[in-house]
Amino acid sequence: MAAGGSVAALVEDFVSGQQDGAAKDLATGVVDGKCTALEIVEALGTCLTNSEPRTRGRGVQLLSQVLLLTYSSLNQKEVEVLAVFYIDRLKDHHLITPHVLHGLKALSMSSVLPEGLAVVILKALFQEVHVQSLLQSDRHSVYSIITNFMDTREQELKGLAADFTFGFIQAMDGEKDPRNLLMAFQISRDFITNNYELGTFVEELFEVTSCYFPIDFTPPPNDPHGISQEELVLSLRSVLTATPRFAEFLLPLLIEKLDSDVQSAKVDSLQTLTACCKEYRKKELKEFLPALWHSIRREVFQTASEKIETEGLAALQALSTGLSKSVIDSDAEDSLDTFLNNVLQDCKHHLCEPDMKLVWPSAKLLQAAASASSRACSKITGCIFPLLLEQFNKHKQSSQRWTILGILKVFIKLTHKWDRDEEDENPLCAFKDQLCILVFSALTDSSVQLQTVGASTLAVLGSQQGLLSPSDIELTVEHLNRLILQEGDPQVCAAAFEASTTISAIHPSAFISKMVPALTQELSTEPMEVKAGDGPSAPTGNTLHQRSIQALAAISTHPSIMRRTVPALLQHLTDLQKGSAGTERKVAVLTCRSLQLVAEHCQGAGESSQYFHQLVVPCLLGLAVQAAVQGCGSEVPLGVLCEESVIAALGAVISTAYGHRHTELASRTISQVVALYLDGDVSFLPENNLPRKFQPFQPPDSPWPQTQLIALLQAAVCSLPKTVVVPQQESLLTHLMELCCTSSHQFTYTSAAKCIAGLINKYPAGEQLDSILQDLLKKMDRGLQTNAGDCSQSASRTRIFTLLLWLTKALVLRYHPLSATLTDKLMQLLTDPALGTEAASGFALLVSDSADVLNKATHADVRIMYRQRFFTENVPKLVQGFHSASQDNKSNYLKALSHVLNSLPKQVLMTELPSLLILLLEALSCSDEVVQLSTLGCLHPLLLDAPQIMSLHIETLVNKLLDLTSSPAMKVRIASLQCMHALTKLPPHVILPLKARVIQALAKPLDDRKRLVRKEAVAARGEWFSRQSLAQQDRQARAPFPTEKSQL
Amino acid sequence: MGARPVGGSGAVMAAGLRLENANPLIYGRSSERPLTAREQDGLEADCIDGREIFDLIRSINDPEHPLSLEELNVVEQLRVNVNDDESSVSVAFTPTIPHCSMATLIGLSIKVKLLRSLPERFKVDVHITPGTHASEHAVNKQLADKERVAAALENSHLLEVVNQCLSARL
Repeated sequence: MAAGGSVAALVEDFVSGQQDGAAKDLATGVVDGKCTALEIVEALGTCLTNSEPRTRGRGVQLLSQVLLLTYSSLNQKEVEVLAVFYIDRLKDHHLITPHVLHGLKALSMSSVLPEGLAVVILKALFQEVHVQSLLQSDRHSVYSIITNFMDTREQELKGLAADFTFGFIQAMDGEKDPRNLLMAFQISRDFITNNYELGTFVEELFEVTSCYFPIDFTPPPNDPHGISQEELVLSLRSVLTATPRFAEFLLPLLIEKLDSDVQSAKVDSLQTLTACCKEYRKKELKEFLPALWHSIRREVFQTASEKIETEGLAALQALSTGLSKSVIDSDAEDSLDTFLNNVLQDCKHHLCEPDMKLVWPSAKLLQAAASASSRACSKITGCIFPLLLEQFNKHKQSSQRWTILGILKVFIKLTHKWDRDEEDENPLCAFKDQLCILVFSALTDSSVQLQTVGASTLAVLGSQQGLLSPSDIELTVEHLNRLILQEGDPQVCAAAFEASTTISAIHPSAFISKMVPALTQELSTEPMEVKAGDGPSAPTGNTLHQRSIQALAAISTHPSIMRRTVPALLQHLTDLQKGSAGTERKVAVLTCRSLQLVAEHCQGAGESSQYFHQLVVPCLLGLAVQAAVQGCGSEVPLGVLCEESVIAALGAVISTAYGHRHTELASRTISQVVALYLDGDVSFLPENNLPRKFQPFQPPDSPWPQTQLIALLQAAVCSLPKTVVVPQQESLLTHLMELCCTSSHQFTYTSAAKCIAGLINKYPAGEQLDSILQDLLKKMDRGLQTNAGDCSQSASRTRIFTLLLWLTKALVLRYHPLSATLTDKLMQLLTDPALGTEAASGFALLVSDSADVLNKATHADVRIMYRQRFFTENVPKLVQGFHSASQDNKSNYLKALSHVLNSLPKQVLMTELPSLLILLLEALSCSDEVVQLSTLGCLHPLLLDAPQIMSLHIETLVNKLLDLTSSPAMKVRIASLQCMHALTKLPPHVILPLKARVIQALAKPLDDRKRLVRKEAVAARGEWFSRQSLAQQDRQARAPFPTEKSQL
Repeated sequence: MGARPVGGSGAVMAAGLRLENANPLIYGRSSERPLTAREQDGLEADCIDGREIFDLIRSINDPEHPLSLEELNVVEQLRVNVNDDESSVSVAFTPTIPHCSMATLIGLSIKVKLLRSLPERFKVDVHITPGTHASEHAVNKQLADKERVAAALENSHLLEVVNQCLSARL
């Protein structure tokens, strides 16, 4: 806008010239201070008094548009003048009203609107405008004006008192648009929660909102506003439940809607009831309790829908909670008591019916009512327990007893929910003895189900502090011993394990004196011996050993128990080493696994963690070192502790112990571990008079049973928290590097590579790290280049490659700048004739979590988005490499790519996949199964989510997918058929021309020899059969149904 | 699903027909066939057995009720006979009432489903459980007649109804 003079010109452009852009120019002028709003009014002049309403409307429209853009830069005087002008315009022709509302909306957002004007504006609005005869957007303006004023001028509006309420009720009465309803509900809710005066209009406000209940709204397809039924339901519910003053109207409405046949109406009613009970108390609820209870009971008893049952029970609990919170008057009746009596009366007798038809629904209702408060729970359990105990004894069949015990279990759990005061007695105490007898009898029953629920009930009983007497506990442990050591059924045994874990944490002494000896005894007997007198279902010796090992871990819930169980497990390992390897391998691994579980369990406890550091780790290392040193050179066969899987399991225990966050403990012992490996210092091991020296780092003369124990070193030094400094790290790295390049034992050099990777990943960034890495790089380059093409040296290159792979992973995880260089080296190896395939598989290792090192549990430096980053940095290179590679190497690139694609969630990939589509289609022809499967896995979501792009390649897709349906690999056949199924989601004009051919081709996999493949073929073919052209569908939709006679 | 059947399903009601059996007895649905280790092993062959055939037809929708044929006990696994080696399948179905006018349509749906889902080598026989329907003989004859089945499927209106019965339930 050039000068003040052109205001008139721009106004002229807008009003007569019908150029909407002029409004914006004028607004810019106002904001920049080149003209004022009042000047625009002056310029409009005659136009605003023109006798033609359209012209007047155009004038007001211009002014309103300018104001909407400039309201914040207006001064108080201007706002006042404009407000008065607009209020007056409300009386004008209806054509002008929409523009006036826009202007008022702009003014309502101004912070300098003089006091008192808001009230005047609203009064005029309610008086002059019939809101519901306006268009949707104009009604929206009205609600916006009200909302703006309520946000900023609450005190002024409250001066209007009930007039405001009444005005608003009239304004929203009959609103139909969901967008406006959301606003109207919000206003209604603010009315109530901000204590506006409702006066005599409580019922009116309720009526005008509750008429929408229950909301039934299906958003139109492609709705740009994105309003969901859920949003409307919640918004309305917040209005209806906002005040207890609505109670007398709302509760009858809910009772009425609960009678509806529509499931969503029932659910909504029950959820609304649950919500309003948060505020309602006896006063509001009392009158409607019988009717509400009647409806809820009917729904729970009769419904086939789980959703309604859940909501019904929630509502009952809410009712009971509301009543529990009510103040008890001294004179009047206790409404909770009366209500619960009602519930009990209607449910109790179902528990005693011989056919037990409504037992579960009744029990659920009682449980819901009881779970409201401690008072409710005492009342109901006090009444129900004697009844259930009697029923249990009356029924002789174990299936019925099972039901009753299951119900009892839930009630016992319930009583545990509230913290009781000291003086309040546990309501269970009165029934304790009977319950114990009952549970113990269930544990000796022949039915597996009854035994299982008996064991879990026992756990619930045992977890109540101070309920069971010492003799009860003793008996309990005896029963558990029997179940663990004699019971044949694994399900019962698992329940007994769980019960032991729960109870041992509270009553450790009984487990120390009874269970630990029994389990140890079992371990020391010969496994193959079958006990006489047991039935065929009794577990065999081997299973018993395994169970004892697992049970020792399961009951290590308390430090005092752990000090008994861990030595027993260690002793067992020692015994195993003396036996012959092979059969014991599994048991040794299991024993380590149990030790690891215990170590995991005492993660937080300082005392137990110390125990592991000072005793368990040295003991394990001692066992392993002794076995290794003895094994070297002697004629004695190597013990079980020299097996790779056992060493890996030992490593897991050590790794877990060093992963604990007690750093001072770890730093004290780690130097001893390092000294053991570097200097052969065995002084801290429990049994250290070895026949030979332990020198794992003296290749090539150091034998493999010694060098493979590098795995245990790796477990210790790579699991430390970052704050613990590894002593003699540089020396370690040098030795490890040496071993990694020279050892011919695969487990040794892989462990060494992992160890280097684990250390480098946590090494503080800086010059020292860079120089170490440069050194490593040089050595690797030399190792890879000098021997390239020399077959005799292929083992040496594989070693270097292993190191390169793990080192790359260590750097990729921490976003180290050198990671790109190393990844490129790996990528170059994809074309290497000897290492190409291994390099391709190596990409899987780079992007997946490894179990023993470089993961969160070992405190590795893992950046959160490293996979995405790896993807964006390397996929373009892989694609490029693929295109320039020779035919022989293409599959390596595809395989590497497949691994990278598979590591990311499909949602993340969706944006990238279309650009890779050509490549993916080519990958379908690759003969490698891994590539095929991963490609099909990528194509499937694309077919569902990006039909447009996929349609362009329909011919290729169908041909290649059909080829793959006869692949030798079952998984590929299944995946390709799933893609054939997904093809039917493409637009009809794309797929219909292929229908006949596809149906013909899919007949073959129907006769596949694998059932899982046939299942997919049936699903895909059925879907293709039912695809029809739109014209056909349309014709049929209009056609009448054929009569019976003409059918065949 | 599993709601009490009070209303009828779309296609039939559109024609203004009254439900013949408005309140049928509802039976449970069998659980999914458990996956065995053998089935997951790509080397072992699994033969086509009764349960597999039953799984093909049990979820077919009833033309009248929003229920499956299994839930109405129209099909049962014990009425399925299959011999993979001789490539023959025989299915007997039981209409809910002896005068059910939908019997032909139900039989046709079962037959079409099996023809679409089984290898071509199979000979498919679908018939009414003896003694459970008034015009048992006539219906069986229609279902066994290849030409009449083919002709019925030429009728696009009928094909639509059959497809609706065979469509996967949401």
